Amino acid sequence: MIRFEGVTKRYGDADSGSADGGSPGEGGGDPGSVAVDNLTLEAPTGQITVLVGPSGCGKTTTLRMVNRMVTPTSGTISVDGRDTASMDVAELRRGMGYVIQHAGLFPHRTVVDNVMTVPRLLGVDKRQARSRAMELIERVGLDPAMARRYPAQLSGGQQQRVGVARALAADPPVMLMDEPFSAVDPVVREQLQNEFLRLQSELGKTILFVTHDIDEAVKLGDQVAVLRVGGVLAQLASPAKLLADPVDDFVAGFVGRDRGYRALSFAAAPELSLTDEPTVRLRATGEQVRAIGSPWVLAVGDAGEPVGWVRAAAVDHEVTRDLLHRGGTVASTAGSLRALLDAALSSPSGRGVVADDDGRLVGTITAAEVVPAIEARRSATTAGELPEGASTR
Amino acid sequence: MSPATIWAWFTDPAQWSGADGIPNRLAEHLAYTAITLLIGLVIAIPLGAWVGHTGRLRWLITGANAMRAVPSLGLLFAVSMFVGPLIQSDLAFVIPSIVVLVLLAVPPLLSGVYAGIESVDPAARDAARGMGMTGWQVLTRVELPCALPLSLSGLRSATLQVIATATIAASVSLGGLGRYLIDGLASRDYVQMVCGSILVAALALVADLLLAAVERYAVSPGISGRSVGVARSRSSRTGEGSRPDPSGATRSTSPASTAT
Amino acid sequence: MTWALDHLSEILTRAGQHAWLAGLPLVLGLVIALPLGWLASRTSWLRASLLTTTGLLYTIPSLALFILLPSILGTKILDPVNVIVAMTIYTVALLTRTVADGLSSVDPSTRQAAIAMGYGGFARFRAVDLPLAVPVIAAGLRVAAVSNVSIVSVASLIGISQLGYFLTDGYARSFPTEVWVGIIACLLLALVFDLVIQVVSRALTPWTRAVAA
Ligand SMILES: Nc1ncnc2c1ncn2[C@@H]1O[C@H](COP(=O)(O)OP(=O)(O)O)[C@@H](O)[C@H]1O
Ligand SMILES: [Mg+2]
Repeated sequence: MIRFEGVTKRYGDADSGSADGGSPGEGGGDPGSVAVDNLTLEAPTGQITVLVGPSGCGKTTTLRMVNRMVTPTSGTISVDGRDTASMDVAELRRGMGYVIQHAGLFPHRTVVDNVMTVPRLLGVDKRQARSRAMELIERVGLDPAMARRYPAQLSGGQQQRVGVARALAADPPVMLMDEPFSAVDPVVREQLQNEFLRLQSELGKTILFVTHDIDEAVKLGDQVAVLRVGGVLAQLASPAKLLADPVDDFVAGFVGRDRGYRALSFAAAPELSLTDEPTVRLRATGEQVRAIGSPWVLAVGDAGEPVGWVRAAAVDHEVTRDLLHRGGTVASTAGSLRALLDAALSSPSGRGVVADDDGRLVGTITAAEVVPAIEARRSATTAGELPEGASTR
Repeated sequence: MSPATIWAWFTDPAQWSGADGIPNRLAEHLAYTAITLLIGLVIAIPLGAWVGHTGRLRWLITGANAMRAVPSLGLLFAVSMFVGPLIQSDLAFVIPSIVVLVLLAVPPLLSGVYAGIESVDPAARDAARGMGMTGWQVLTRVELPCALPLSLSGLRSATLQVIATATIAASVSLGGLGRYLIDGLASRDYVQMVCGSILVAALALVADLLLAAVERYAVSPGISGRSVGVARSRSSRTGEGSRPDPSGATRSTSPASTAT
Repeated sequence: MTWALDHLSEILTRAGQHAWLAGLPLVLGLVIALPLGWLASRTSWLRASLLTTTGLLYTIPSLALFILLPSILGTKILDPVNVIVAMTIYTVALLTRTVADGLSSVDPSTRQAAIAMGYGGFARFRAVDLPLAVPVIAAGLRVAAVSNVSIVSVASLIGISQLGYFLTDGYARSFPTEVWVGIIACLLLALVFDLVIQVVSRALTPWTRAVAA
């Protein structure tokens, strides 16, 4: 557990600066400007705590005070009950993984040598460090063949994976991550986020994660701390609570417009009665399709998995993949209300496709059938009956 | 002058033995160069590394660069006139010259090391500190290896400077290949001057090519972009077919220096 | 000081000669380096071979070059043309890389915009790439100017008249004052060159001040 107690950081004071002095860029800014203001916060063990807020609100400063890259002006920070100020700074940092925006890989070392860095600093012998590094490289989803490349030979997303592997190499209980995924394109970012969640479900680290992207915060955080400029904590809550009940205008504006809809992500789909959907197989003939008597017909694959809607009038000879409509999403019975509603809204027939955990079709549901479930949930929430964080992840 | 005359000079056995012979003059020239660079490196590496690492006393670099505006011939004569008489041994000619050569070698070496460290990706430095490296470890494991390309191009500039100035130092009675040029001038022996010049030019060329080769093999392929398929964005930094960038290592500091 | 005042006209004459020997090559060198640098910035194999060749020329020590040039050019050893040619070679060696770097440093989006507006080939070079590369080229010129002023003084060893004369003469006569005068005059001349280049560069790039203001 990482605990901030009344932590304030003011830049520009005579005694400001990092513990080892003179990091480049330090010393700019207004004299005496407050970057973090009397912050009290707990990042629980084994969970992801996300710090989110607009640019310049003190997220990076907050994070870097934990490993003493920045020295707090006042207040204490403790990790598992130990005051960080009393610890040896190298020891403190080697016990925490640190991942930054542009990965900060060492350009003169190969990927595997980069990943081996901290274990080597800790005195682990070379062979052991190497085998551990190779294991991690695969674990973060990289081809082991990449291990002998240099960072310049990797894409941004791959570099970021190496950055994560490097931070994990000494198996630190705590990870500090400063916008690790914000320098990559949205598609890669989503992959990295998903794998990050998978990894965390296996590893259970205590993670402090900084981002300026509220969607990322809501997606990744077990709890989210919203900071406002000046380094003041505006709200600390679970993602569901944050979306459902922003504490003030600033937080409401920051979490964004369609927060009502996005909040449905955190509501597990209730048991709803689904409608049986008549289906055709791929390569079904035009007559078979039209025999169902509906303008849109759902096609399924050999294992009974929904593959897409087909317009009955469009089938001349048989149902082929290129005749399928691509727009519809498939909700899972174990998914959220949001996924259910989205499946209904995105379906050309208006009937949302629902599949089970194995991907086999269970049935369909219309938006009109989902809405009552949403209504029911809303009244339950306002009555305070729904436990916070009924997350579906 | 015909190539035959030059050929005749080079093939004359007299040129190949004795204190005046090519082997001895070449050895002298190499010795001055090596001693100077060694002293220069001993001064420039720690100083450049310290300034680059801590970011303090940056004016030292600017100052050293401003030194480059002092004409080397003037420096040579001035130092010889002042230091020479203070030395009573047969080193009276050597020491002032070495002092001058060191003064000329230090600025390019210093700004090379400094600019190299300065150019290290701040994210890499930040990551190094964040993972618990001590200041010394950050310097030796990250900053210095990454500074190698620019440091080496500083070394190349310094080597050329030293070889050239050691040549003109023959006019203050230093040995080395410059003797052929200066003595030839005094005795109006133009053949000797030309042949000496060829030797000097060849020495400079070979030294530079050797250092280019060192640069090629000592720098991590991750930085030099040498290994196949390294992103092009990197290669522009050290440069393909990389020649001494004579303005060299100074580019990221103040380019011309005298204005200060 | 009195010595300098007594010899003021001689100092000025030699300073003028020095300025000519160091300055003309700057102009010639720039004129040659612009097309070379432009070629080098466009084609990577040309870049490699041009920079390698000019770099090799740069390695030749000045005194050796002053002595070798007469037999190559067919001039007399005391002919100032040798110095002009030698200094031009060094200037070209320095500036080709600078020009190439300067031209490639132009923001790709600016260049794309220029292409989209219909600028092509030489017109784009003159209207967009070159003006934007001026600060980089000026920085290279400043380095070349300072180095030229220093190297020209070496030519006094082979008897070519310029400020370096005070260095050799002062040393030969064991008269330190004269050597100091020579050094200071060289430094002042280098300073003048530096200022002139800065002023011209600023005049050519009014937008850099607009941004800074
Ligand atoms: N080294 C520094 N010196 C002076 N001011 C700083 C320094 N680092 C950050 N600041 C200021 O502190 C505030 C918070 O910065 P930071 O923690 O980097 O914000 P964020 O990461 O949320 O964008 C900003 O106003 C910034 O200008
Ligand atoms: Mg930040």
